Amino acid sequence: MANYKLDITKEHCPMTFVKTKIELAKLKQGDTLEVLLTEGEPLENVPRSSEEQGFKVLSINETEVKGIHLIVIQK
Amino acid sequence: MATTEIKLDPTTKKLSLISFSGDFDKLTAVFTLATGAAAVGYEVNIFFTFWGLDAIKIKQGRSAVGKGFLPKVFGVFMGGLKSAPVSRLNFGGISPKIFRYLMRKNNVATLEELVEAAKLLGINLYACEMAMHILGIQKTDLIPEVKDILGVATFLKIADRGQTLFI
Repeated sequence: MANYKLDITKEHCPMTFVKTKIELAKLKQGDTLEVLLTEGEPLENVPRSSEEQGFKVLSINETEVKGIHLIVIQK
Repeated sequence: MATTEIKLDPTTKKLSLISFSGDFDKLTAVFTLATGAAAVGYEVNIFFTFWGLDAIKIKQGRSAVGKGFLPKVFGVFMGGLKSAPVSRLNFGGISPKIFRYLMRKNNVATLEELVEAAKLLGINLYACEMAMHILGIQKTDLIPEVKDILGVATFLKIADRGQTLFI
């Protein structure tokens, strides 16, 4: 089972979702993707749109850096 | 008198954009909307017509594309993605360069990056048959990712039951 990583903390709309979608497309059943993102629009929308597209959000945690969160998504 | 209620299927997430303007700022809006929607699961169609055809030409700079003298002249004036002006305050062509610089500096996707993302996301790109005919543009002048050349009737059928925007 592969685990992919993506850092979109420096991206802005729409590239935050675009890059996430492109990475998610690589996932096979059971694979996971760790996404590092900022709070605000990415935090509100990336988990929701991933679930809408049939992925499972395993966890959302704030990292040691305030405002930066780590989301783990699984296919 | 009874009124018929038209209910849009709430599960249909489809966005169709008519890209008429060839301006740098408006094309950026088209591709931002398109890639953003596609990234969150929408089916997205873009219908390029008139000035919008500039965005999907293979030759990105100015070149005499077109059959016949007048179309060729316009081909040079219109150019492709690289020579697109902004819709206001173009200042003789300086403004697109300034905007590209500002976008890169703020790490916002440039127009070229958005077009590449659109191709990667499988957004359906269509070209208007009528506009191509007038401007003497052939399918071979357009980027290979263009799915088809259509007329209004076919486009409306494709856009049915979704949202359609004219930019």
